[in-house]
Amino acid sequence: MAVIRDKMPAFQLFQPASTGEALGVLDQYGADAWVLAGGLDSWDWFKDRVKKPAAVVDLGAIDSLREIRSFGGTVEIGAMATLRDVIRNEDVMSQFSILVEAAELAASPQIRNQGTIGGNIGQDTRCWYYRDGWSCYRAGGNICYADTPTAMNREHAILGASRCVAVNPSDTAPALVALDAEMVIESAGGRRVVPAQDFFIGPAIDITRMTVLEPGDILTSIRIPSTWASQRFYFEKSRDRAVWDFPLANIASAAKINGGVIEDIRIVANGVAPYPVRFVAAENAIRGQELNEQTAELAGDVAIRGVNPLAHNGYKVTLLRNLVKRSVRGAEA
Amino acid sequence: MELFQWGTNPWGQEILIRVSWDLLYLSFWAGIVFIAFHLLYAAVWLPKLARAANDGDSGGVSTGVPETIERHTLAARLFHWIMAASMLVLLVTGFFPIIGVQFAWLTIHWIAGVVLTISIIYHIVHASFYLDFWSIWILPEDMAEAVKRMKRQLGQDVGEVQKHAKYPLDHKLYHTAVMLAGLAVIGTGLVMMFNIENPLVSQNAYLLADETWGLMYALHGLGAVLFVLLTLTHIYFAVRPDKIWLTKSMIFGSVDREQYLAHHDPNRWNVSESSSDASDLSNPPAKN
Repeated sequence: MAVIRDKMPAFQLFQPASTGEALGVLDQYGADAWVLAGGLDSWDWFKDRVKKPAAVVDLGAIDSLREIRSFGGTVEIGAMATLRDVIRNEDVMSQFSILVEAAELAASPQIRNQGTIGGNIGQDTRCWYYRDGWSCYRAGGNICYADTPTAMNREHAILGASRCVAVNPSDTAPALVALDAEMVIESAGGRRVVPAQDFFIGPAIDITRMTVLEPGDILTSIRIPSTWASQRFYFEKSRDRAVWDFPLANIASAAKINGGVIEDIRIVANGVAPYPVRFVAAENAIRGQELNEQTAELAGDVAIRGVNPLAHNGYKVTLLRNLVKRSVRGAEA
Repeated sequence: MELFQWGTNPWGQEILIRVSWDLLYLSFWAGIVFIAFHLLYAAVWLPKLARAANDGDSGGVSTGVPETIERHTLAARLFHWIMAASMLVLLVTGFFPIIGVQFAWLTIHWIAGVVLTISIIYHIVHASFYLDFWSIWILPEDMAEAVKRMKRQLGQDVGEVQKHAKYPLDHKLYHTAVMLAGLAVIGTGLVMMFNIENPLVSQNAYLLADETWGLMYALHGLGAVLFVLLTLTHIYFAVRPDKIWLTKSMIFGSVDREQYLAHHDPNRWNVSESSSDASDLSNPPAKN
């Protein structure tokens, strides 16, 4: 791992009181600016001296970005709401309990008190080759050190890799994709709303980013429509240390069950690909089917079609198949 | 402006990664400037030159020249257009993501690269054994002729200047540049296939050392950015009204007798009623 040093490189710190003010600073500094949310990922980058922004824009003083509000069945969560805020919100708990489950399994209580929902879904990959500051593909170079014959790639991707095999580590991201959430993004050029499924991008599209956020963008809020409110949810996270760890793989599913038949379902996994993977083929295979063990088996088998494990992460294939199977089976419970 | 991008390897050494993408923009604008300059040159200088020109006439060799002369065989034309299509796909997939148009480009890129490679191999065999191999290469007589034309452009009296053989010097220069840039991108591209996942070769990043990979990517990038300039200028000349007859010949295969006699010296590009392909080895051009 990278050596964390005591001193960070110097930067200009901005603590704007409004989104407009923050956007002005970001527009001024462009790619040299860094948006700071809870700081849990950012400070590591700075102390490792791998990321050296000229300006850091701390969103902590913008109260409007912390709000969680409901309107017409939709719940809108400010991107700066902490994971603890999300977990304790009654509307989220009553309608979208899968997000609460996912947030509760992220990191530790201390981190959930400080870490934000926006930071959790926007965090960078944990690939140690990348985070060590080497010129790998994701860092703008031309080698994936995690995909060499002797690489340590137990935690890396089995799906969706393209040159880079790093995975997205977020726990709340698959839950939001399963809920068909929308990301509200603001920049100096205006506001745009991106479906959660399209918010995350893989290395085939852009190898240096994990989301569609570009310099100058701020993720201001996350809207969860009522489409899947109070349906049957399943979330499970597999990790090495139960007390506090990033996922080896996690699974989120939202299902509409009527009379023992799966009317509709969304199944999303993270930790197995560079982005939260939605298993559309598996969903299509079991939509309209009776909810039973055979259906769950079918979903698991379809989900792992096309996987491409590396030297040391073949176990993730079995893990993924079982998580998908359990997510379908568990939707009945 | 930077020429190259540098990075750090696991041993903390500074290594070459690739060319700087500043060169992409440099190549693009160099192409635009060249086109603008040539437009000016064609508008101001060429008419004067045409009046002063005293290119050698056909010397009464027009007898026996067929009504239409095949300039490019069907096989040669198919090669040209397949190469052009794959090259355009390579440029779009290679450079659009760099200028901000994001899409899943890699698979399309390497498949187009494989198509280009196959077409080039075919071209080398075809040109070596079935066409007049030397007709496109720059020969000493081309240089002497170029010097003569240059002097004439500068207003000197150089006497009669011969018309062109099948390919004038500018075509030969262009072919040489394309060949060098093409071999650079194809050679390095084939090696780079070992650094990406594909069904043709097993991925192995250890095939080369970090700095050697960097050299491969840099050479690939240099050839590729040069192709931006070459493609821009090629398209420009292809659509110029005074060159459109050449473009048509690359589509339909032939030129008519008037075009042939106006631009070529029958003694240097010998065609006859019996010839099916003027550049065929069975009918080599006469050497002066």
